[in-house]
Formats: sequence, structure tokens, C-alpha cells
Amino acid sequence: MSISHALAVLLLSLGSGLLIVAGIGLLRFPHFYTRLHAAGVIDTLAAGLFLAGLAWWFGPTLGSVKLLLIFVFLLFTSPTACHALAATAWASGLREPAQNKE
Amino acid sequence: MKHTISLGLSLGVLWWVLSGFAKPLLLALGVFSVLFTLWLARRMDAIDHESHPIHMSFGLLRFWARLVVEIVISNLQVLGAILSPRADAIQPHFLRVRMRQTSDLGKVILANSITLTPGTVSIALTGDELLVHALTQASGQAVRDGQLDLLVPSDVEEVQP
Repeated sequence: MSISHALAVLLLSLGSGLLIVAGIGLLRFPHFYTRLHAAGVIDTLAAGLFLAGLAWWFGPTLGSVKLLLIFVFLLFTSPTACHALAATAWASGLREPAQNKE
Repeated sequence: MKHTISLGLSLGVLWWVLSGFAKPLLLALGVFSVLFTLWLARRMDAIDHESHPIHMSFGLLRFWARLVVEIVISNLQVLGAILSPRADAIQPHFLRVRMRQTSDLGKVILANSITLTPGTVSIALTGDELLVHALTQASGQAVRDGQLDLLVPSDVEEVQP
């Protein structure tokens, strides 16, 4: 395995590791709002590392450009979905149970 | 018109990147579908400075570069909070912040960036106030300090009909 492929494998492993940790966060965090933050890790850094690893594996091809496009679209759509969930929860009266500052 | 041409160019590039075809017939079909989409978008009156902000492209690129740094930092904070064995690793709370942004586009860019940054989610936007949910005191403080607010390109307000 060449050094270039090793870097791709490293990026993919890092991304997969972050996915697992974010999954743990989804289960560990209490309540709806805190779990949203754990999901945010999946959308940004984990997906970014994973797609970067795939793009590095394919090298400078059209496929890599498509992977970059996937990431760009993800950066536009994931906060929209996340906000929609949070806004709906807020509108239906869900508040932080323990400490309700401000 | 400027926005239409720019949208047509980006659609053309997108079509070619996604298809990868170079045969004349397929290229012609691509040109046709781009023109059809442009016609639809114009008919729907969906092309303007908000859907296609070309006047701030370079400012946005600079903003995105800074945003990536912020996202990586806050990702590490959230990952630390997830893996921390302590029960008080997170201090979830709501907060209201006043935005410096005056334009609709600026407000949306800021709110979306706050949501994109792990550890903070923007919930509601009323007037120039933003309701945010923060995972930890640190992530809430970052929003209160308004680092991202200062970074949003200022030429966002320059509206061209």
C-alpha cells in the first residue's frame, strides 16, 4: 500500500471513529436539544473527513469533484434540517428540563 | 440579467461535472436542460440577489474559510464533552443574542452558520434577536461574543436589483 493510500485510509478511519463517537453522544446526551449537537458532529467534521478520504483515494478525478459537491450540499442542507427540528421542538413547547437560564 | 448569466454558467458547470459527457448530442441536451431551467427560474421570479448572491462571492469564500476553523474547534469541544466521564461536562442552556446583521441575507447566513457549528443551534429569529441553544457554557459564550457575527461579509448589505 502506497503512502497516498495510507493517508486515505487514515482519513476514512478518523471519519469513522468520529461517527462512532457522535453515535455514543446521541445515546449518552440527555434530552432532545443536546442530542442535536451530537448529530452536528456527524454532519460537519465526520462527513468532511470521510468524503476527504474518499476523494483522496480517487485522486484528481471527476469523482472527487462530485464528492466535494456532496459535501458542499451537505453544508447547506444539514443546518436547515437541524434548525427545522429545533424550531419545531421549540414551537411545540419543549424546554430544557433542569436549568432554564434566560 | 447578471444573475441569470451567472446562474446559467454555474448550472452548466454543475451539469458537466455530474455527467462527465462530451458527446455532441448529450452536450446539446445538457445545454437545452440548462436553458429550460433558466427559463423556469425566470418565470418563477426565483433569480435575485438572495437566491444567487454573486455580489459577495469573494467575501463569502473568506467567511467560509474562517467558518471551517470555527467548526473544527467546536467539533473538538463537543467530542470532548461526549467522551468526558463527568456528569457536568455539558451545561445545556438557551440564550438570546442581538445580531449586528441588518440585512435578511446576513441574518440567515449567521443563523445557519451558528447551527452548522456543533454545540450551538439557532432556534428562532425575531427582528434582530436570535434564540440559540448551546451545549456548554463555552459554546454559548462564543455566540455571545459574536465572533461569527463580526466575520459575516459586510458587503452582504449591498443589494442590487
